[in-house]
Amino acid sequence: MLALIFAHVLVLIAVGSVIFHFWSPWWWTEVASNWGGMDDTILLTFWITGVVFVAICFFMAYCVWKFRYQKNRRSDYNPENKKLEFHLTWITAVGVAALLAPGLIVWNDYVTVPKNAIKIEVLAYQWDWKYRLPGEDGILGKTDINLVNDENPFGIIQGDKNGMDDLLVDDNELHLQINKPVKFELRSLDVLHNFYVPQFRGKMDIVPGMITYYWIEPIRTGDFEILCAEYCGTGHYAMRGRVFVDEKNDYDNWMAKQITFEKFLAKNSKEKIKTIKLAKN
Amino acid sequence: MHDDNEYKIEAKSDNVSDVGTFESVTTTDIDYLPPKEIPDQDLYHSHSWWTTYVFSQDAKYIGIQYAFTAIGTGLLGLILSWLMRMQIAFPGLGLLEPAAYYQFVTMHGMIMVVYLLTALFLGGFGNLLIPLMCGSRDMAFPYVNMLSYWMFLIAVIVLLASFFVPGGPTGAGWTLYPPQAITAGTAGSNAGITLMLISLVLFVAGFTMGGLNYIVTTLQYRTQGMTLMRLPLTVWGIFIATVLAMFAFPALLVGCIMMTLDNVLGTSFFMPTIISMGEKLGTEGGSPILFQHLFWFFGHPEVYIVALPAFGIVSDLISIHSRKTIFGYRMMVWAIVGIGALSFFVWAHHMYVSGMSPWFGYFFATTTLIIAVPTAIKVYNWILTLWKGNIQLTLPMLFALAFVVTFVNGGLTGIFLGNVTVDVPLSDTYFVVAHFHMVMGIAPILVIFGAIYHWFPLITGRMLDEGMGRIHFWVTFIGSYLIYFPMHYQGFVGVPRRYFEIYDSPYMSVSGLSLNAFITVAALIVGATQLLFLYNLIFSARAGKKAEKNPWKANSLEWLTPEMPPGHGNFGKELPKVYRWAYDFGVPGAKEDYIPQTTPPSAVVGSKVEKS
Repeated sequence: MLALIFAHVLVLIAVGSVIFHFWSPWWWTEVASNWGGMDDTILLTFWITGVVFVAICFFMAYCVWKFRYQKNRRSDYNPENKKLEFHLTWITAVGVAALLAPGLIVWNDYVTVPKNAIKIEVLAYQWDWKYRLPGEDGILGKTDINLVNDENPFGIIQGDKNGMDDLLVDDNELHLQINKPVKFELRSLDVLHNFYVPQFRGKMDIVPGMITYYWIEPIRTGDFEILCAEYCGTGHYAMRGRVFVDEKNDYDNWMAKQITFEKFLAKNSKEKIKTIKLAKN
Repeated sequence: MHDDNEYKIEAKSDNVSDVGTFESVTTTDIDYLPPKEIPDQDLYHSHSWWTTYVFSQDAKYIGIQYAFTAIGTGLLGLILSWLMRMQIAFPGLGLLEPAAYYQFVTMHGMIMVVYLLTALFLGGFGNLLIPLMCGSRDMAFPYVNMLSYWMFLIAVIVLLASFFVPGGPTGAGWTLYPPQAITAGTAGSNAGITLMLISLVLFVAGFTMGGLNYIVTTLQYRTQGMTLMRLPLTVWGIFIATVLAMFAFPALLVGCIMMTLDNVLGTSFFMPTIISMGEKLGTEGGSPILFQHLFWFFGHPEVYIVALPAFGIVSDLISIHSRKTIFGYRMMVWAIVGIGALSFFVWAHHMYVSGMSPWFGYFFATTTLIIAVPTAIKVYNWILTLWKGNIQLTLPMLFALAFVVTFVNGGLTGIFLGNVTVDVPLSDTYFVVAHFHMVMGIAPILVIFGAIYHWFPLITGRMLDEGMGRIHFWVTFIGSYLIYFPMHYQGFVGVPRRYFEIYDSPYMSVSGLSLNAFITVAALIVGATQLLFLYNLIFSARAGKKAEKNPWKANSLEWLTPEMPPGHGNFGKELPKVYRWAYDFGVPGAKEDYIPQTTPPSAVVGSKVEKS
């Protein structure tokens, strides 16, 4: 009786898992970047591993029922079967290679940034985001963490010409242009963070003391949430931002509203004079 | 060891010998065993209650001390998980503050991995079973073995003390990544983390004392005739796991020491120049990723430190309760050794998106998927052992089979995460949480339960209650599957792990809250059932059904002691002599369906026996 129940439970687990997989409402978001290949690799892995899981559950269910204990029966004496073990080994090896190969191909794309990618700096700190875009020269100015203060939130080296025209986004909302590859250059002021947009699929930790990166190409417009995906202290769960993927016009409009580092400095010094005046009055 | 195996393989080549071969030899010849190489151990004999039960040097007692301490600490881990799950599923209750939530996450993780699983498998089962299964009177160095336990206990006390220091225990996550672990944005970044690091250092020190014992005893104190290739797989699993631990724990140790220095003396091993909460710290030039390499160089073998003993034990349970020879014993041994060796070459698969050079990804994805092959072989051999067996669905067997299902599920999701591309979208999401709970939380715990049901009669002389055991089994097996299987899908949606509150964010097309509530309710039920199990342990130890000798009709030496539970020195006047491996079940021609390891060939002349 117990054998019968247990065998059924095993079958139920296998079948139930498959049903849940296909009919549960929880599934990934529609991809919004060029990394559909990651989804495909997951699906391929699903098929291969899913078949293995169901097969093993069914096999066990059959054995538990078919070879249930009988007092007068003896088990088969078969301590080894070299041939069977050999075949199982190479079949497994082939299956594993079939999973690995496409995975490595997609990974190769992921770590090879296209030359025309726009560089955007993502500055993470406990617990918010800021961004910096290159000016017309297309180059981000050099930075030094020792220079970071309220007047220079990114720590841009003022002697570096490339830095003066950088656009500073002192806000956690970022805009991207559709179908234009971007390379996120990731910087942190304090601890580890991770710049993650579920719809983009990509991910990379942000490590203080170094610049990490990854690239994507947005393929549909929309408004997405940015999540920090590397635990960064008590406010980790609240470290969120937004990213909008725009058509060219909207993107240009947004760009036009951003101010350069040069203007930012000028504005700051003006405000400083104002406050000093106010204080004097 | 090498020579020994060579010899075995040669002996194997003439495969199964039948009666005919022995016709010309006399009985004494077939029962010949090579002489003992090491004199009998000089045992320490305790004279007082204190030295017998408290400062005991008897490995069996030390094993039980380890087990009690580990389970007690594990109970705390369980309660912490309840509180966390309540917070995630019902944020409206306002049960926890974010800081407390993260402190509980951290302590739950560290307690379960190190202070429960590692301590229970190696300290608990290792101490209980290695001497008994190898046929020795005790561990090689009983005094050091005793110190090992007390060191472990101090480590646990220091860990628990961190709940009572200003700022509370560390909330850095069990991986303790700097700079976050030791900067102001994390709870317990001063006293809490320092105590955690000290506790780990003490644990490693204590564990090394125990580990030397397990290794030396397995290599040197096996009884006459007990070749390495006749050892039960349980001993193989624990032995290789201990070897791994000896190589892996030093990495954790130096990581802990360096981080303590960073925190206390202001060194910069792991600390670059940073601005924490608007204030520049005086650190410069350190590398946070260095810590991750050290941590995972320990952390990945750690997975196998827990898994290999589970593999070994479950192989024995399946074989004994199927009344069938384990399929492919030698392959099983080599798979354990192979997995153990490979486990040192895969650590950075925890770091694909850590910011290390992305080119490492190719190497570590390849090594990681290679390790899937010996692991798969083990699974095949377990289920092939069932084939044409005579399967008794006893409680240990139910748990063992549940382990196989859970482990296969968790192992297969490991292939997702090991394949570097697939890891990118899934890393740091609930998919990872579901995966590792399935494969190194639930699966080993199921083996621990199976092992406790199996060896309880050996320890107490009584059987655990079957009715309570059945309830415990079904709720734990089905319940934990219901907790962790759906959790993978939260990961697909993209829900990051370690979020105090998830909110109904726009990226979730269907609310994750109902699923969270379901998982939490299941977790509460499964957790509560463990209390029933603890009650069963206490109840059955006092009033359970008396066990007959060798109640499962097993072959290995621990059941063949003159008294059960075994007394001091384990084997009475004379150590047993071993003539065969532990897997002679259903041997054609033999009278019974099992032949204990001590049965000489002359006693079963008519049977076809695998030369081992």
